Amino acid sequence: MSFKKKWVFLLVLVLSLGLLLAACSGGDNEESSEGGDSSEGNSEESGEGTLAADQTFDINIKTEPPSLHPGTASDSTSGIVLDQIFEGLMRINQDGMPEEAMAESVEISDDKKTYTFKIREDANWSNGDPVTAQDFEYAWKWVLNPDNADTDYAYQLYPIKGAQEAKEEGASLDDVGITVEDDKTLVVELEQPTPYFLDLTAFYTYYPVNHNVVDGNDEWAQDASDNYVTNGPFTLESWAHKDQIVLNKFSDYWDSETVKLETVNMYMVDDANTSLEMYNSGELDWVGDPSSPLPLASIPALKQEGNLNISDLAGVYYYAFNTEESPFDNVNIRKAFASAINRQGIVESITQRQEQPAMALVPPSIWEENKEGYFKDNDPEKAKEYLQAGLDELGLDKLPKISLSYNTDEGHAAIAQAVQDMWRENLGVEVELNNEEWNVYLDSMGSGNFQVGRMGWLADFNDAINFLEIFQSVGGNNYTNWENEEYASLLEESRTLTGDERKEVLREAEQIFMDDMPIAPVYFYTNTWLNKDYVKNIEISGLGSVQLKWGYLVEE
Amino acid sequence: MAKYLLKRLAYIIVSLFFIITITFFLMQAAPGGPFASEKKLTPALEEQMNEAYGLNDPLYEQYFNYLVNAFTFDFGPSFKYVGQDVIEIITRSFPYSLILGIESILIALSIGVLLGVIAAVKHNKFGDYTAMVIAVLGISVPSFIMATVLQYIFAIKLGALPVARFESFAHTILPAIALATTPLAFIARLMRSSMLDVLNSDYIKTAKSKGLGQRVVTYKHGLRNAILPVVSYLGPLVVSILTGSFIIESIFGIPGLGSEFVVSVTNRDYTVIMGTTVFFSVLLLVSILLVDLLYGLVDPRIKVAGKGGK
Amino acid sequence: MALPQLKDSDFEPLQINDEEAEKIAGESTSYWKDAWRRFRKNKLALFGIVMIVLLGIMSFIGGPISGHNYFDNDLLNANKSPSGEHWFGTDNLGRDIFARTWYGAKISLFIGLMAALIDLVIGIIWGSIAGYFGGKVDEYMMRVADVLYGVPYLLVVILLMVILPQGLWTLIIAMTITGWINMARIVRGQVMQLRSEEYVMASRSLGASNTRLLFKHLVPNTMGPILVTLTLTIPNAIFTEAFLSFLGLGVPAPLASWGTMSSDALQSLQYYPFQLFFPAFFICLTMLAFNVIGDGMRDALDPKERK
Repeated sequence: MSFKKKWVFLLVLVLSLGLLLAACSGGDNEESSEGGDSSEGNSEESGEGTLAADQTFDINIKTEPPSLHPGTASDSTSGIVLDQIFEGLMRINQDGMPEEAMAESVEISDDKKTYTFKIREDANWSNGDPVTAQDFEYAWKWVLNPDNADTDYAYQLYPIKGAQEAKEEGASLDDVGITVEDDKTLVVELEQPTPYFLDLTAFYTYYPVNHNVVDGNDEWAQDASDNYVTNGPFTLESWAHKDQIVLNKFSDYWDSETVKLETVNMYMVDDANTSLEMYNSGELDWVGDPSSPLPLASIPALKQEGNLNISDLAGVYYYAFNTEESPFDNVNIRKAFASAINRQGIVESITQRQEQPAMALVPPSIWEENKEGYFKDNDPEKAKEYLQAGLDELGLDKLPKISLSYNTDEGHAAIAQAVQDMWRENLGVEVELNNEEWNVYLDSMGSGNFQVGRMGWLADFNDAINFLEIFQSVGGNNYTNWENEEYASLLEESRTLTGDERKEVLREAEQIFMDDMPIAPVYFYTNTWLNKDYVKNIEISGLGSVQLKWGYLVEE
Repeated sequence: MAKYLLKRLAYIIVSLFFIITITFFLMQAAPGGPFASEKKLTPALEEQMNEAYGLNDPLYEQYFNYLVNAFTFDFGPSFKYVGQDVIEIITRSFPYSLILGIESILIALSIGVLLGVIAAVKHNKFGDYTAMVIAVLGISVPSFIMATVLQYIFAIKLGALPVARFESFAHTILPAIALATTPLAFIARLMRSSMLDVLNSDYIKTAKSKGLGQRVVTYKHGLRNAILPVVSYLGPLVVSILTGSFIIESIFGIPGLGSEFVVSVTNRDYTVIMGTTVFFSVLLLVSILLVDLLYGLVDPRIKVAGKGGK
Repeated sequence: MALPQLKDSDFEPLQINDEEAEKIAGESTSYWKDAWRRFRKNKLALFGIVMIVLLGIMSFIGGPISGHNYFDNDLLNANKSPSGEHWFGTDNLGRDIFARTWYGAKISLFIGLMAALIDLVIGIIWGSIAGYFGGKVDEYMMRVADVLYGVPYLLVVILLMVILPQGLWTLIIAMTITGWINMARIVRGQVMQLRSEEYVMASRSLGASNTRLLFKHLVPNTMGPILVTLTLTIPNAIFTEAFLSFLGLGVPAPLASWGTMSSDALQSLQYYPFQLFFPAFFICLTMLAFNVIGDGMRDALDPKERK
């Protein structure tokens, strides 16, 4: 740290103590600063579809983004900002499919393991440099360099040949399957045919950085300075930490004709109720998922008013059983508990966001047949049969007291209390609820110190494998201690396959999983949000990302 | 006096040392770590992160580093906010908490003392009961409920004040009032009680019997003595208002230090925990020292430096 | 009205008795007896006691008379306004708020009183000893308090939660671990102020021991601020419980407490204000009762008001 910073720190300390003294002696210290009024509020007469004169979009992103460096970002808040100011080879379009972005074309080899990307001639960085293949190579290899810490999402790059070996096993970065053929041609070799690889190239870990500016300056992404060079539809105008981010339209963007919004204000207001109120008073144009969830209590009223927007989100909310601990080491007991949950009731009366009851692992937005699922929701008769069978196998008369754990949250608490009631009623079992602070909770789950615990999974990319591979082996995100050889080998087999064949194998794996029931799925997530009527064409994806590229405001 | 001050400063450093030590070991013992997240890192990646942030070093080495860092005010970068310096985080967010804190302390002190004095002078009369009902309401309604209710009435229903954020003086009014409620009520109660004590004491009776007016007696002789309990509450109050403002900051969307302090613990952001703890501890220790000195000023009979007992 | 007949014997002089001549005419009363006599005269304070007793009784019979329990969900009747069936309405899971309020009363009153009592005992002992002896003793004792106050409370609580089993007593320990410090500070300030008073000096020169001086003379004279601090401790504890339950240390769901009920209801203030109103109303009522009792006690215990 420089001396200067230290002095500023001391100064603040001394000043504040001085002010304290002043306060004690009754001094008057009122601070006022100019307030920027950001409310939209003109209601001039105009037909639908005319662009509003003021294209300023206000949204709440809830918290400070932990990192605006594409290589070190690993959370949705950072993603929401990065998705607007950077652009990868591909972009997920309005139909949810990857389409060419920085790349103007892509060729895929017959074995589906080599991808050749041609980068657009008119793709520019915000400082005027052209976007080159070297920028991609630099960005990806920077993430894969074991010397660079904070690269939590390096594993997103692991489908690339030699990537995992370079990052984790000390292999050379030169052996990674990323080759620059010329300034505008990038060739990527993969380990396996990866059907979702183009989807991945639209993800922020795959974004390029301007290697001319960034090389040798690891602190470039800490503030909105001249070094913060971007290539997306918007540029980072300012970043007041923990307070507000301002984006401006990037005039030199290759597709800038499409971009209509001129300015985007991203506020960081943590409280959900406050955020909703700011929306009601016109300070925000958008509130709710994916950037700042709506308060649970407001949902019924908002639904009644008919303003609530709901879309599918590829994710599942589930209760994990600890399959190493009695009584959940018994499959019939697990099935009994899973069948005794009234998912429809939970979705309709507690969460109320039109979630789909989950009787499968992979969300229906990926596999439509999973709307039905593998077993019947709310089936107390069957549950009692399973329970009896399980008790007989265990040689018990009655279930012991069960503990259900969740991390502290209004919504989790409400669901857990409802499930507690259902289990008590349907199975006659006494259930103790146990809530913990998030970090403590992860620790208890990780060390197997639970019986039944709440978990959730939101897809990284739109493919079933992302859900199935969680349970391929014990550890990582699989807290259940459940492993199955056949299941694991089916998943491995699927990696070499494509198309329908692949899907069949994966479906088979899911069947095995649901027969063993190491988790009780509860529901599939949705996005719920409100937006003002004059806001058009903002894209919310099933992966919980927002794209403002096509958005615009019309006259009210 | 100079010698006393020096001695107290030495105590501050010793206290700080203990605070840092205890905090360090509590931090290490608390389950979870700074890299825990819903989506787990692969073991190799986690290992690399631990190595990069020095979490693989032996405990005594880490401890020693923290100690040196703390006393040189160089805490290093945050674990959670990649690359952001802890000192930067403190210097940018503390001014918000400070302004809010000062406003609410002023509100709490001025109105609290006033209410207390009125209640004491009008003992068991209407003024007393009114002041007391206000105070009881203030004590029973904690700041976070007060904040939500105030926001609902003044910002949402009446539209008189902004809902949230920190952009002008108008933005600070609601959070400052919410933050001041409990201390205000408490000061009023404390003031009333000690004022009653004082008004019953012999020297006040003497002053009255000498024919001094009610006003002179109350304000010249009574107030000065009665305010002592309030003064001894002031030191911790300052710090608890500054650190305890996190719920208010979160409700009103203010990027202050109070929320940073709490969030750093839930994130297990070790460097930020240490930085904010040291910062607040210095504030606490110094304001307690100031309170002790103020004691001497307000009541000449008390010599803090002197020896009591036999 | 007939005058009583006076006899000669009525006019005989009394025997002079040296011992009796020295006796003070009034009935000798102890400090506490005296205080109780004065307390009884305070109508408001008696009203406070009646309120607390009523709340206490309701906390036991309130649940049963409502015909509901605190844990039965009825998802189809969630968030219903007060009615003949549910006197205080229902919460987000359709549970009866009337029943939950009275179950909550039991827990909240217990937590509040226990926390206050423990704070009181530790705070008085710590603060009065530090204030009375002053010098080094004071310095060390108060610095220990500072250190405790300076360590991040959240960390302490998280660790307590890991070490101790979940339960009411863990909760109370978590609350009092730093809670007594304010009390100690205030008592210390008062004792420092009083220790140079004439009556203390008089008592000391008569050979009173330190313990006697402290607890017979100094502490009773600091009762005012002590009681005020005490009345703050109770609502503080009630709401700290809500905060601690966020960390997983509070009363496990679905058990109710006023603190968790009101912080849950706060989220839906705009839509179902009655959910906040009832627990908050009873917290205020309890506080009002405790405050008038506190005031009554202050007036009664103040040695200077002894007539």
